[in-house]
Amino acid sequence: MSQTPAPSANPEIQPYFEALRDGKLLIKACTQCRQPHFYPRAGCPFCFSDTTEWLESRGTGTIYAYSVLQAAKDLPVLAYVTLDEGPTLMTSIVDSPPSALSNGAAVRLVVRPGADGALAPMFTLI
Amino acid sequence: MSIRGKACIAGIYEHPTRKADGLSLAQIHAEVARGALADAGLSKDDVDGYFCAGDAPGLGPMNMVEYLNLKPRHVDSTDTGGSSYVLAVGHAAAAIALGKCSVALITLAGRPRAAGQSQVRPAPGATADAPFEAPFNPVIATMYGAAANRHMHEFGTTSEQLAWIKVAASHHAQHNPHAMLRNVVTVEDVLNSPMVADPLHRLDCCVISDGGGAIVLVAPEVARSLKRPVVSIRGAGEAIKHSAGGRIDLTYSGAVWSGPRAFEEAGVRPSDIQYASIYDSFTITVLMTLEDLGFCAKGQGGRFVADGNLISGHGKLPFNTDGGGLCNNHPGNRGGMTKVLEAVRQLRGEAHPAVQVPNCALALAHGTGGSLGTRHGSATVILERQ
Ligand SMILES: [Zn+2]
Repeated sequence: MSQTPAPSANPEIQPYFEALRDGKLLIKACTQCRQPHFYPRAGCPFCFSDTTEWLESRGTGTIYAYSVLQAAKDLPVLAYVTLDEGPTLMTSIVDSPPSALSNGAAVRLVVRPGADGALAPMFTLI
Repeated sequence: MSIRGKACIAGIYEHPTRKADGLSLAQIHAEVARGALADAGLSKDDVDGYFCAGDAPGLGPMNMVEYLNLKPRHVDSTDTGGSSYVLAVGHAAAAIALGKCSVALITLAGRPRAAGQSQVRPAPGATADAPFEAPFNPVIATMYGAAANRHMHEFGTTSEQLAWIKVAASHHAQHNPHAMLRNVVTVEDVLNSPMVADPLHRLDCCVISDGGGAIVLVAPEVARSLKRPVVSIRGAGEAIKHSAGGRIDLTYSGAVWSGPRAFEEAGVRPSDIQYASIYDSFTITVLMTLEDLGFCAKGQGGRFVADGNLISGHGKLPFNTDGGGLCNNHPGNRGGMTKVLEAVRQLRGEAHPAVQVPNCALALAHGTGGSLGTRHGSATVILERQ
């Protein structure tokens, strides 16, 4: 991990990390086909246009899938959350007992430091 | 143009070690190369094509070609994780079909146990995806656990059904003297083993082992000049599945694309396959792959694997008769090589008599490399005894 440059040093995704410092999750939407995508890219992964713009997610969504690592029950739970804007992302569920989780449960954004030390978009049960 | 019938597997070798203390990585590559060439009845200097993947030490094939002192006119080091060696069979067959080489050597070696690594971490690097995954500590078991979680949610798949896959593998492994886990287990044993990453129990997970393997592919005219049974490549397919810009669907694998490509090239259907080697990093990997390859309808994998349907001599589709990654070995966390090796043994009639499929003439081997939870390579080959 030490050989990997700090993610915020990558100009393509710098605004994403700046927004996380303000507690916000930015995703990307294409200026041509309008479709939102994640993880964010300078170009559209769907129509291959080279212009996309940042879009602030409402920070709400539902749990698509999850798995509790039994050896690390106190740590955030690995999950996939489908944002209300459409894209599904890998994330963690925090501040919620693993036994309370279920597919389809509504969640909202909380920004926390991740395992790599950088701020990351995590979610908690509503 | 098709590779159908244009290349044959003439030599195979599986390293007997499961913990390679005292062996270097390059040395294991050389030992399996020596073994597969001896099996084929060929010598090092006959090799004019060399194929390896990310497990080979050094930059692509260069350092291994030097260590082995080869002089290839065609090389390929495409790395799609554990599926690399199934994919390499297709690539080597294509190279032979085009006349780029006539004797192709594929090697795999790994020693994670001797090196004290329980899990091989992806090589560090500034991949575009890493900042969006590393914060969440996505270990392999939880990513596959999440895939199983979603499959259960959508299709009603149960832990009991997943357990049957391990039960079948253990029935086969009892006959393999090299297998790490030779005890026959029951569905209850699997369900009672500790939960690792729910819904996956410890016995839903493959073993971690050292070892390796090698394959020698040759042009058909070379194969006919050798004394070994001729196993022909009938079709091959490959694909990469990924997170698709956030349109994530964890309920299927890249086998939905690589499988049909291989079946089309081979001109056969899933119901024609007499034996299948299916990548088994976890039980869920097998269940999903069987659906995606078309052995049963999507969502019916649980029913398909239940009640011993994968046990040789008992069920409809004998699978992983060497015990697979679930019981035998998973050299270097890369199980594609051993999938091809056992399929070749079945076609040669050289599997253990207790698990040999009678008159096995058509077999499939499938590799899944990377993660079902993010991105993975998928490779399918269909092999035929001539
Ligand atoms: Zn677009």
